[in-house]
Amino acid sequence: MAYTLKVNGDTKTLNIEGDTPLLWVLRDHLGLTGTKFGCGVASCGACTVQVDGVAMRSCVLPVEAVTGAEIRTIEDLAHGEILHKVQQAWIDNQVPQCGYCQSGMIMAAVALLEENPQPTDEDIDGAITNICRCGTYQRIRKAIHQAAKA
Amino acid sequence: MSSHSKALKITKRALLVGGLAVGGGLVVGYAYLRDKPGTAGFEAVGISGTALNAWVKITPDGRIILAVPRAEMGQGVYTAIAMLIAEELEVNLGQIEVEHPDVDGKYANAFILTEPMPHFRPLIWLVERVAAALPLIVTGGSTTIRDGWEAMRRVGASARIMLVQAAAMRWDVAPEDCGAAQGSVTHAKSGRSLSYGELAEAATRIKPPSDPQLKPPSAFRLVGTPAPRVDIPAKVTGRAQFGIDVVLPGMLYAAIRQCLFRGGHILSYDADVVLGLPGVEAVVPVHGGVAVVAKTYWQAKKALEALPIEFDDGGNRELSSKSISELYRQALDEGDAVSVRADGNAERALEKSATVLEAVYELPFLAHACMEPMNCTALVKGDAVEIWLGTQAPTMANWGAAEGAGVETDKVTMHVTFMGGGFGRRQEMDISRQAAQIARALEGRPVKLIWSREEDIQHDSYRPAVMAKFKAGLDETGAVTAWTNRLVLQSVEADYGKRNLPEILGSDGDADIAMTQGADDMPYALPHYTVDKVIMKLPMDVGYWRSVGHSHNAFFTECFIDELAAASGQDPFAYRRALLSQAPRQLHVLDLLAEKAGWDARAKPAAGRGRGMALHACFGSFVGQVVDISLSVQGELSVDRVVCVIDCGMTVNPDTIEAQIESGIVYGLSAALYGEITLQAGQVVQSNFPDYEVVKLAAMPVVETHIIPNTNYPGGVGETGTPPIAPALANAIFNATGKRIRKLPLQNADFLSL
Ligand code: FES
Ligand code: FES
Repeated sequence: MAYTLKVNGDTKTLNIEGDTPLLWVLRDHLGLTGTKFGCGVASCGACTVQVDGVAMRSCVLPVEAVTGAEIRTIEDLAHGEILHKVQQAWIDNQVPQCGYCQSGMIMAAVALLEENPQPTDEDIDGAITNICRCGTYQRIRKAIHQAAKA
Repeated sequence: MSSHSKALKITKRALLVGGLAVGGGLVVGYAYLRDKPGTAGFEAVGISGTALNAWVKITPDGRIILAVPRAEMGQGVYTAIAMLIAEELEVNLGQIEVEHPDVDGKYANAFILTEPMPHFRPLIWLVERVAAALPLIVTGGSTTIRDGWEAMRRVGASARIMLVQAAAMRWDVAPEDCGAAQGSVTHAKSGRSLSYGELAEAATRIKPPSDPQLKPPSAFRLVGTPAPRVDIPAKVTGRAQFGIDVVLPGMLYAAIRQCLFRGGHILSYDADVVLGLPGVEAVVPVHGGVAVVAKTYWQAKKALEALPIEFDDGGNRELSSKSISELYRQALDEGDAVSVRADGNAERALEKSATVLEAVYELPFLAHACMEPMNCTALVKGDAVEIWLGTQAPTMANWGAAEGAGVETDKVTMHVTFMGGGFGRRQEMDISRQAAQIARALEGRPVKLIWSREEDIQHDSYRPAVMAKFKAGLDETGAVTAWTNRLVLQSVEADYGKRNLPEILGSDGDADIAMTQGADDMPYALPHYTVDKVIMKLPMDVGYWRSVGHSHNAFFTECFIDELAAASGQDPFAYRRALLSQAPRQLHVLDLLAEKAGWDARAKPAAGRGRGMALHACFGSFVGQVVDISLSVQGELSVDRVVCVIDCGMTVNPDTIEAQIESGIVYGLSAALYGEITLQAGQVVQSNFPDYEVVKLAAMPVVETHIIPNTNYPGGVGETGTPPIAPALANAIFNATGKRIRKLPLQNADFLSL
C-alpha cells in the first residue's frame, strides 16, 4: 500500500507493507541511516526520532500509524555546517565513544530541551532512558546542562 | 596475559615496511611477527595495547593520511595513533587525516593485521613475499617492539627520516643539517625548504631506517595532552558509517535464526512456506542456523518468523544453570585441577594458622550486548568476496569470509567500518562466515545480514561462569599466612579456538593463562600462595569479554581480601596497605585513592550508607576504586559515587583515559547489578534488554578519575575500569550491612534480608 510521510520537511510516498516499522522505512527505504537499530522492542532508544515534536522509538511504530505526521531525524538537526546546540555540547564534552547510541540520545535530549529548557538532574534521569553500552551517561548529563545554558 | 610483568616480557618482532603507496606517494608502517603465542585478545585494543597497527601515507599533493585498518569502537584509537605519529613526524594533529582503508588480502598480509589475535604465528617470508608483490621494502632483520605505542612513534620517525634524507639528497647536503617541522624539511644554511608532499615520491626509494631514534618523553609536544577525538564530529550528526549502515546498489537483506539449543543444530525447515511471501528471495542454510533473504530487512524478518524450523537439542535438554552450578560445586572438591601457582606449602601453613577462613564465590555467564547488533554485508563474485563490517579482528573476519564463500583468504577484500561496541565480541568469525555463505548462494548480489537483538543475546560468546573456593590462614595479629584459590570454569582460549579455527587454534585450555590472570599474580605479599584451576567442558560458547579473566578474578580476590581484613578487625585500606610492601605502584594508587576518596578508617558509615574499595592490576596498569552506596529502607540500592585512581604509565590522550574509565565502570556495574545469562532446558533464557538489563542514566554514579602522571611504560586503559567496580561495590554493601556478597548479580540479592 502507498503511505505518505513527512520526513525532515520532505514529503515522501512509499509503497510498502503497513506494518513496516518507521525505523526500517527511514533506514532502508529513505537511506536515513543515522537512526539506529538496537533492540527492536522499544527498550534501548537507539531508534529515537521525533514524531510531531515528541521523542518516539521508531522500531515499534508501524508506518501506517505515522502517516501524515511530521518526522524529524538526526540528519535534520544541523543546518549545513551549523550544528544544533545539543550536537555542539556533545562535541564540547566529547560524549560519544563507539557512537552507536548517540543519534538516539541526541534526539531524546533535543526533545527534552524543547519541552523543558532548564531540566534538573531528576528531569534528565526521567527523560533519558536510552541505553549506552559504552557508558557515556556522565558526559551526556553534563552536555544536556551545557546545551540548556547555550 | 597473566600479569603485567609477564605481559611486558612478551615481545613482538616487527618489520618496518616502507615504499610506494598504492595510488602514489610514500607509505610507512609495521608488519608484526609474534614471537610466541599469547592470549592478548581483547586487551590489545586499548589505547596503548598491542594492536595499534596502522600505516601512514604521504601523498605527492601533501596530504598525510593515516590508514587504520581497524575499526574505532570508541576507545579513541584513531586519535591516539594520529598523535603518536604526528609527534615524531613533526606535523600538527590537524594535518593528519584518518581513514579506514579498504584492506585487500595482499595489503593486509603486508601489514600483518592479526597482531591482537591469540596464537597467530605469521611468518617473515609471508611478509617479504607479499611486500615484494607490492612495491614495498622491508627493513633488514626484525626489530623487537613492545607494543604499538612504540611502533607508531617509530613509523612517524622513520617517515620523517626518509623525507629528510630525500631532501638532503636533492640539495646535496648532509641530512644532519636539515630539520623537519610542520610538514616540511628545511636546510637552514641555505634557507631552502620542501614540503613533505614534494618529497614523498623521492622518499619511496630510501630504505626505511631499522632503528630510528625516538624523542624522550620530556620532549613530547602532543602526546600526553588532551586532544579532541577525530571520530566524534561524525558521531553527532548521524554521518558515521557503522557496518549496519552500509548500502550497496541492489542490496538484499538477511535475517537469521540459530539453533535454540546449546550444542544442537537445525534439523529441518520448510522453505516453501515463506518463499512466496513479499520480497522473499531465498532461504539459505548457514553455519549454526538458517537465513531468510528478502528485498528489505523487515520482509526478511517477518518471513523468518513464519519459517517452520525443527531443532535438534544436541542432547542438552537437561542442561540448566542449576545443573551447571552443581557440576561446578562438585569440581571444586573433586575436579581434575591444573596447578597454576604453588608458592610454599599452603596446606601445611593453613594447618598451623590461628584462624582459617573459607569462602565460595560464584559468577554467571555474561553477554557482551554491544549496542550495534552483529551484522556483516557480503558480495561474492566468482572466486572473490568483498565484505563490509566493523570488527576487532580483521584477520578473523577475513578467514571467516573466505571459509563461508569457499575461497582463498587472499580473495577477500575487507571494508572496515565503525563498530557500535566490541568488548571482545567482534573478534569471532561467525558473522562474516555466515554473511559470505549467504552471499555465495546469491552470487553477484550484495547481502546485508543483521542479527536481531535476540540472536545477539542468545548466541554470544559469553564471559564464562566461574566458581572459586578460597582458603586463607591468619596468624594472631591477623596477618595472612596462606592463601589458596581454586577456580572452576571453561577456558576461553580453548573454546575460542574450537569455535573459530580448530586446526590452528585448538587446545585443551590447560595453558590458558587468561583465566587465572589477576588471581595468580596478586600484588599482596602472601607467604604460601596456591592457585589452581579446573577446566570444564560445556556446550556453552565462551569468549573474550571486556577484561577477560580479570573480570571475575578481581571480584573474587578483592572481596576475599576484604573478608580477611574484616576477620582480623582491620580497616580494609590499612590491611591492603600492609601487604603491598613489594608493590610500589599499587601502593601509590592505594594511597592516592584513600586521599581522593576521603577514606577515613575510624568513620562508621551513616545508616543506609556504605563504602568499599578494590585495587587491581591488569594489562600493565594499576587501578583502584572506592564506591559509595546508599540503601533505602525499602532495600533499594543506589551507587552514588565512584572515585577511581589509575596509573597507566605514560598517557597519550588523558581525556580519552577518563572516558574509558567511566565506560569500564559502567560496563562492570551493569554486570554487577543485573548481568546474568542463565540456561534452562538447554536454552539461554534471556533474549533482549528487558531481561538482560543494563545500567541507564538514572543509575549512573558520579565518577571521578585521577590519573597518576609518570613516565612508566604505557599500560592498557580500555578494560581496566571494569574489574575493580564489582568488588568495591560488594565491599561497600558489606560495609553498610555487615553481609557478604559472594554471588552476582545483585538484582538477585534481597537487601532487606541482608
Ligand atoms: S531499537 Fe528501538 S528502542 Fe531499541
Ligand atoms: S557511545 Fe557506544 S553505545 Fe553509546
